[in-house]
This record gives sequence, structure tokens and C-alpha cells, in this order.
Amino acid sequence: MSARDSIFARIRAARAALPAMDETERAAIEGRIALHPIGTRPAMDWPLVPRFREQCVRMSSTVDDVASMAEVPRAIARFLAATKLPMRAVAWPEIAQLDWNGTGVTVEARAARGDDLVGITGTFLAVAETGTLMLLSSPSTPAATSLLPETHIAVVPQGRIVKAMEEAWALTRSERGELPRAVNFVSGPSRTADIEGQLQLGAHGPYRVHVVVVTE
Amino acid sequence: MQLAGEKPSHIIAPAIHKSRDDVADLFVQHHKTPRKTDIGELTMEARKFLREHFLSGEMGISGGNFLIAETGSLMLVTNEGNGRMTTTLPRVHVAITGIEKVLPTLEDASCILRLLTRSATGQSISNYVTLNTGPKRPGDLDGPEEMHVIIVDAGRTGLLGTDMQEALRCIRCGACMNHCPVYQNIGGHAYGWVYPGPIGSVLTPNYIGLENAIDLPNAATLCNQCGVVCPVKIPLPDLMRKLREKQVDRGLRPWQERLGLKLWAWVAKRPGIYALVTRIAARVGRSVGGADRMIHRLPGNGWTEGRDLPAPAGKTFRELYAERKRS
Ligand code: SF4
Repeated sequence: MSARDSIFARIRAARAALPAMDETERAAIEGRIALHPIGTRPAMDWPLVPRFREQCVRMSSTVDDVASMAEVPRAIARFLAATKLPMRAVAWPEIAQLDWNGTGVTVEARAARGDDLVGITGTFLAVAETGTLMLLSSPSTPAATSLLPETHIAVVPQGRIVKAMEEAWALTRSERGELPRAVNFVSGPSRTADIEGQLQLGAHGPYRVHVVVVTE
Repeated sequence: MQLAGEKPSHIIAPAIHKSRDDVADLFVQHHKTPRKTDIGELTMEARKFLREHFLSGEMGISGGNFLIAETGSLMLVTNEGNGRMTTTLPRVHVAITGIEKVLPTLEDASCILRLLTRSATGQSISNYVTLNTGPKRPGDLDGPEEMHVIIVDAGRTGLLGTDMQEALRCIRCGACMNHCPVYQNIGGHAYGWVYPGPIGSVLTPNYIGLENAIDLPNAATLCNQCGVVCPVKIPLPDLMRKLREKQVDRGLRPWQERLGLKLWAWVAKRPGIYALVTRIAARVGRSVGGADRMIHRLPGNGWTEGRDLPAPAGKTFRELYAERKRS
């Protein structure tokens, strides 16, 4: 008997003490998974976009606004200059193909490496409740771009801000059908309080997260 | 913790028992770098040394906060990003977690996640919540080539269908230990096994055998701080009390204790003898107490090794009560 079989046998034996699982119970379980109802959650009566901004700041991200995608490169160049960061970044192709001419920023669309300092990504969705970016992995949206560099810049179209994680799942199902290899919810820079409970930003992931909201 | 050759003392903050000086000494010894005691610099050094491991490791081993039945996904909740490193960079990812971590749907996971982060660190969400669903897909630039999930029973099915089943609801937030007066005084290592604090006092005897963890269910005041803060409402003091009952039923308590309680029961049922015995005991106790009215040593008992026992007042409650009434 495999370990799996013996675990199931033990679960069945333990269930013998309870009323047997009948068709209605089985249907209820399968129905729950098929319908995936939303459970109890906090009141969410705030306006989406201001809430998202406020929560980003609470999670120690910085937020900038631009009117259109075309303005993104210039806004990022300004941020890099103001923060005295290198004018060189690794980015998702959708970002690298924007017009970076004249911004002074060199942007490469490739896999991120351990020594990259700035990584720029788009976002699949953003969650207002917690100021969270939702990134889905794919060949053109690699996960490491938001993880290895010390600074992560994310471009968020305002129309892609949803209320909470549950709304994000609904859109993932309708737009993508199935989950990618990795779904990453990112809420601000990496942090730790492992030494004497004192909060430090930048443990293993980025030190800074900068969010550029595109309001068009 | 690995550098020190120690085990974690807390399930959320594993190194909570170490000071910055302890960490500084460890880093000097193992990294051969100049000593630094600034917490920011220490964190940077940990980042630098661990990153090399993340980038060169062949296999990443993670736990799993939840498993999601609907999509076959593994959910990891971290603030540091170590979970993401472990599951993104090495060629093979192995996740090890318990059978009780399975949740039906993504919506259920979102609901439980709110409870977990609020109870664990007071955050509305952790910095990173990651769902991994299988290995690298065709064309992906990163991600492991193989992903294995090991789902561990290790005693969990033994709780199913019993009066201990509620303990399986635990989402390992650590709130019960943060609020426990016993944990605060003795620290996590004193619990002797993987899970410290109130939930450890319940799980450990169930997983490794009641007879191997005799003290744990008794090392509690049953003050119910843990029961109040537990986000999934596990009645921890009730479960500890039931474990105590089981110890008695299975005759696991030491013979001295059993004999003592038998004697006490015999005396307590006979009011005359009870009054006499307590009178003698109160007087003997006071004379042992000495000038500071403290008993510093009890024969054949470790209880007074680390503390003193206040000496009785010399008269029993019943005597004092009678005197008051008269005057
Ligand atoms: S028993 Fe409750 S409070 Fe303790 S770790 Fe588990 S879920 Fe948290």
C-alpha cells in the first residue's frame, strides 16, 4: 500500500465514527468547488482608486500617476533620477517596447539576473483592499523581474484595479481559464523583523516598490 | 538558526530568542566578515550570503501555507521573499506540508489569508503571497523544471473524528503563543518539539504520544488568552484539559502524584480529620518558613530550585474565619 493509500484509509476509518458521506454531502463539496462562493469579508465601501493608492503607501510603496502609457518611460526616468538609481533596467517586453528614446534609460527585455538593480513589470490586476499588485508568470512576463532587482517598478492601468482578491480570481478565470505557473501578489517591498523584531525593508526581495498608475 | 545549529523557537519569528549581538557573533564566525551590530547591516549581510545560495541551489525546499483543491496550487505567504526565491530559482522545487492544509477554492484561501496575516503579524496582507501551480511551462524564462508536493500525515489522521479534531483547523499564525504568559516566560525551545506555545501543547502529545509529552498539557494556567485570540476558534484550554484527563485515565501520571491525590481525597471527605491535618500542616509550614516567611527548599521536589514558596500563615482559613466571626 502506498503512503497515499494508507493516509486515505486512515481518513476513511476515522470518518467511520461520523455519519457516512452520502451523495448530498459529496454534491455539496463538488458544488462548492464549482461555484467557489465568496466567504465572509470586511466591508469594502471605499472608492477603488484612492483606496489602492492609500494602501500602497501603507505597505511602503511609492505611487506616481501618468495620463497615458506613452508617458510611462518619462515618469520612470524621472523617478530613477530623483532616487539616484542607475538609468538601466531589465523589463517585461511589453514595457521594453515603449518609446524610451530620449529618456536616458536603457531597458532590456530579458530574464532578470542576480545583479540587476532595477526591474520594470506590468501588472495583470491590482487589488485595492490591500494595495497589492497581481503578477501572472508567462514567457513574456517572467516572475524574477519583480523579485531579483533591488528596485521593482510596476505599471498599473487604472482600469485594472479591482476591489479584492476574490474579484481578481473571477477575472483570472474569465480571462485566462487556468492559473499560470506562478501567481505573485506583491504588496510593497520585501521586509523582515527577524532580528529583535525590528522592521527592515529589503530582506530577500526588492528594497523599493514604485507603482506607476496609468489613468487613461 | 542553521548557523547556530539550533531549532526555531517560534513558528512565525524563528529567531525571536536571539539578540543582535548573538546574530553579529554568528555572522563573524561563519561569514568571516567584520563584526557589525546595526540591524540594517546585518539584514543586508544575510541577504547577500543567502542570495548566492538561492541563485546556485539545485533544489529549493519550501513549506506550504495552504493547498488549493480547485486548482492544485500551493500557496506561500511570506514577507521576506525567501518563499519566492526558493520556488522561482532552483531547478527543482519540493514543497512539504500537512494534509490539513487543503482548502477547497481560491476564494476560501483569500478568506483564510485575511485571518492569517492579521493574526500573525497584524498586517492586512503579507508582502508576498504566491501561488505555484506546477513547474515551468513551455517558453517560461524562470521557474523550476520539476515541482514536487509532499503531503505529510505524521499523526494528523489520528486526530480525525476524535475530541481533538478541532486542533487540525490551526493555520499556524502564532497568535496563541504571542499571547501566552507561559510561552512569554519559558520561550519556544522549552516545548521540545516542532510547535511551541498552546497549540504545541495540544499537537505534540497527539503527534508523538501522550506519554512522551507528559508536561506539555499541564504547563498552562488555562487562562484562555490563546482561545480568545485564535482566529479559527480552536478551544485550546479545553483540549489541554482533555489531554490531562486522558493522562489520568491512562494511568500516565507519576505514582507519587496519584498516591498524594488519593490521600488528599480520603482526608477531604472527612471534615474532622481534614481540619486537624490542615491545622498541623499550617503550623509546620510556618515554622519551616523562617524569618522571611518563605520556604526555600521542599524535600524531593525540584519546584523550589528556581523559586520560593510563600509559607502558610500558621492558621487555617477555617480558623481565621471562625475568629473573625467571633470578634
Ligand atoms: S492554534 Fe489558533 S492561534 Fe494558535 S497558531 Fe493555530 S490558528 Fe493561530
